[in-house]
Amino acid sequence: MRPEVVSQPPAATRPLVEEFRLGLDAPICLTWELTYACNLSCAHCLSSSGRRDPAELSTEECFAVIDELQRLQVFYVNLGGGEPMMRSDFFDIVDHAVSHHVGVKFSTNGTFIDAAAARRLAGMDYLDVQISIDGATSGVNDALRGRGSFAAARQAMDHLADADFGPFKISVVVTRQNVDQLDAFADIAAQYGAQLRVTRLRPSGRGADTWHDLHPTQEQQRQLYHWLLERPAVLTGDSFFHLSALGEPLPGLNLCGAGRVVCLIDPVGDVYACPFVIHDEFLAGNVRNDGGFTSVWRESELFTSLREPDSEGACVSCGSYDACQGGCMASKFFVGFDLTDPDPECVLGHAEPLLAALGTDSVVPRARVDHSRPGVSVPSPVTLRPTRRSGA
Amino acid sequence: MDPVPVTLADRLVLHPDVALRPERFGALAYHFGNRRLSFIKHVDLLAVVEALDGERTVGEVLDSAGVDSGRHASFLTALATLSDSEVLCAT
Ligand code: SF4
Ligand code: SF4
Repeated sequence: MRPEVVSQPPAATRPLVEEFRLGLDAPICLTWELTYACNLSCAHCLSSSGRRDPAELSTEECFAVIDELQRLQVFYVNLGGGEPMMRSDFFDIVDHAVSHHVGVKFSTNGTFIDAAAARRLAGMDYLDVQISIDGATSGVNDALRGRGSFAAARQAMDHLADADFGPFKISVVVTRQNVDQLDAFADIAAQYGAQLRVTRLRPSGRGADTWHDLHPTQEQQRQLYHWLLERPAVLTGDSFFHLSALGEPLPGLNLCGAGRVVCLIDPVGDVYACPFVIHDEFLAGNVRNDGGFTSVWRESELFTSLREPDSEGACVSCGSYDACQGGCMASKFFVGFDLTDPDPECVLGHAEPLLAALGTDSVVPRARVDHSRPGVSVPSPVTLRPTRRSGA
Repeated sequence: MDPVPVTLADRLVLHPDVALRPERFGALAYHFGNRRLSFIKHVDLLAVVEALDGERTVGEVLDSAGVDSGRHASFLTALATLSDSEVLCAT
């Protein structure tokens, strides 16, 4: 979710990571989910999307948020959802952003990128498109994202290529089922002259129900780590920094930026610490409140506390803490760990006793927000492709 | 690959597509064309970047910004990296 970064000597007074941990006056990287509506029902959807929320921000309110982001010099936003293109004012919002010097990168399942939409997108400046697939074949992809979703995504890629969009991005969440297809994903990207972006699966949203069966095994995490080290051009949004505990750090900032340099604005204007923590515990405020987004970012109690130094915990005394920073807060929270516990995918295996102690029927935090469509069955990769429960 | 070196005699200026966002530690530099984000990790470096006008040489700008010659090498390295990521361009 983070941009490609380059840092500059001369030696900083304080390491940049320390600066970021203290938080900045405005986010570097902001994700904005425009709608909870989605035509798909992916088994691991981080926002449990499906149905539009009647309280979603109006077009005017969206424009006001963009104007505020421009004043804060947030250089670009990651638009997502749900499926952002399901908003009838999607192009108006994008136009407003790019004409106000807020660049747009948006994530889509591709369904609504027909030839005309592809030409329109190709004609815009400061716009990046990211098409999601979670399998390099329809079998693996559709088991997670639903039948026909692979073909729809490929068709969108074809349309973008035909419209000379340029190098779009192909975004993949790495799972136990697709980790062996990494080379195949790279081939697909190469075919289109696209950039491959792979990110980490978190137990957020509907992912809470599927994480135990979908997250890569320890062996697969090592495989992924070496694959990434050999391919620095593959984008990761810095999401695999917990793998840096395996040795040489992966390129990037290697820290959890939640509430410090990263945050999420959800479709109803709620501001969360990051896209993967849609839960009251990480809700900082709402853009509709007095003072708008700026005061939520700068003054909310939650964000202020996230910028304080880490408290004690198992990780702080771990020899790999500098590399791994204790991993991902969202992953810990949604599997039912304390935030001072190791990452559930700790590559040194320190989470395994905790996971085993939690067992299969333990009560884990659930989000209040769930927009899954009632009566629509969520694809079940587990029945189609049996896996063992919990990390081997 | 190492970036092309910058010398004291070069003339550089901020790329027209780049926006700077001042921060406690220096600044963020965002290039709207290649969409790369760079960090300017020191306030003194930011002062130099802001003073580059494409007319004076890098050496003249470093002098006017009060950067003594002992620090020239590290500033030249930093400026070379910034040129490489197109935050700065030659005139
Ligand atoms: S114990 Fe914590 S800091 Fe150490 S490797 Fe595991 S998750 Fe990272
Ligand atoms: S909580 Fe996890 S997903 Fe969110 S910013 Fe931190 S590391 Fe990234």
